[in-house]
Amino acid sequence: MIDFYFSLPDIVRYIIQGIAVICFLFPVGAACSMAERKVAAWAQDRPGPNRARPWLLARIPIIGPILGYFGIFNLMADGGKLLFREDITPGHVNKFYFVMAPIVAMTPALSTIVFVPFGAYLDSAGQILPVMLANVDIGILGVFALASLSVYSLILAGWASNSKYPFLGAIRASAQLISYELSMTLAVVPVLLWINAPGTTGSLSLVRVVEFQSQPGFWGGMWFVFIMPVSAFIFLITIFAETNRQPFDMPESEADLVGGYHTEYGSYKWSLFFVAEYCQMIVGSGIFILLFLGGWNPLPWIPLADLVNWLHDLLHWQWLMHPIFVGLLSIGIFVTKVLIFIFIFMWVRWTLPRFRYDQVMRIGWQRLLPLSIANLVVYIIAIALLQK
Amino acid sequence: MSSAAYFPILVQICLAIALTAGVLLTSQLLGQRARRNAIKDTPYECGVKSDGNPHTRFSVKFYVTVMLFILFDIEVVFLIPWAFIYRDFLANNIEIVAPILVFIGVIVLGLFYEVKKGALKWEK
Repeated sequence: MIDFYFSLPDIVRYIIQGIAVICFLFPVGAACSMAERKVAAWAQDRPGPNRARPWLLARIPIIGPILGYFGIFNLMADGGKLLFREDITPGHVNKFYFVMAPIVAMTPALSTIVFVPFGAYLDSAGQILPVMLANVDIGILGVFALASLSVYSLILAGWASNSKYPFLGAIRASAQLISYELSMTLAVVPVLLWINAPGTTGSLSLVRVVEFQSQPGFWGGMWFVFIMPVSAFIFLITIFAETNRQPFDMPESEADLVGGYHTEYGSYKWSLFFVAEYCQMIVGSGIFILLFLGGWNPLPWIPLADLVNWLHDLLHWQWLMHPIFVGLLSIGIFVTKVLIFIFIFMWVRWTLPRFRYDQVMRIGWQRLLPLSIANLVVYIIAIALLQK
Repeated sequence: MSSAAYFPILVQICLAIALTAGVLLTSQLLGQRARRNAIKDTPYECGVKSDGNPHTRFSVKFYVTVMLFILFDIEVVFLIPWAFIYRDFLANNIEIVAPILVFIGVIVLGLFYEVKKGALKWEK
């Protein structure tokens, strides 16, 4: 079956892979909205949505009540409800750009994933090969390039709505997103410096970053979060700001802007903005994990290859070394880390209050930017001294 | 690396656009129909009757921020090719530490000047 798959023409394979990834990302992004409500409920000590129990499905022993308890049926009902709502395009908006904005929001959210290696398998020579859609050198730069396009969706939505609150939300959003992009890029530069060791061809690939964190030895197996804690900290904050998450959700701060840039939206046009935000969170935390938390390696100092070898020595099952099993295992580890990270996003949202807009801009320009420059200078000097 | 390696990116972008457009179309087809009315066609302003130009004047600070962003972003972009060769240059004993520190010094000077000028002061 694998041979048949690889005998298909390239374009067909790309389409199948792309659809497979979207089929994972889109529903998980949608399910995050329910997870958000459940986490909010737990944070506020109440049960949260758990009443929807369709008569047949809820009768399934064990699974039915569990799905009901976690609000899975509420989620389905929500999706269905949104689909059958009146899909209104108000008369006062600029129709073309109004409809285009959700598409522009979703496109970068679903396509930045091509640069993200979400797993790995070992070939017969024990070489690690990444599982990803496009293994290209530009890696992290491509992520920044595509992800920063999402600011256009906010501007388009706010401008095309021809309404005051969305317009204010849009200009706030654009200024906030570009401000935090600077610190984000500067925080990653030390990692890029370190992975481009002498004698290697220059690369920004995230695969190389993970390879650097899965070498043998104390320093080799150390995740970058221990070597570069300040970079990791700045990058974490900027992900929050870039995905418009609390405490940085200026574009849609409900208290002063009704709903921000999507005030005039409804039905699926509205929910696509939310799915896009959650997809960006998933990809953003994936990139954080690849850069600083060892990617698909289970624990610091324990690379994936070692884990598989140990399991094999312990159990002597031949299929443990099979590329498909290793691939699935690595994807499982990576997805688990991403989901833990998504939980942290939600935890922060229900813990910290929102910043004021001038505070957001001050943190971006006068705190994070100088900090990231200082951090970079420290690593420039440290690497120079280490290499002498 | 050949440009063929970049092809999946194009495929993924097309898939994303197709999927989103498909979702919007489905919602448009399945959605309820209702007659239009004047309320639906006016901007939502918390129930108060909308008045004046929807594209209100806004603070010049936003323009300043965007201009500063462009300046700084170009400087950051210059750092990325430098990241490729930094350790190579060090290994081959080519002078690079001082030049890059001067370059970053210029950025810091620019940022310092902005802060002193109050270009980043939002509360004023």
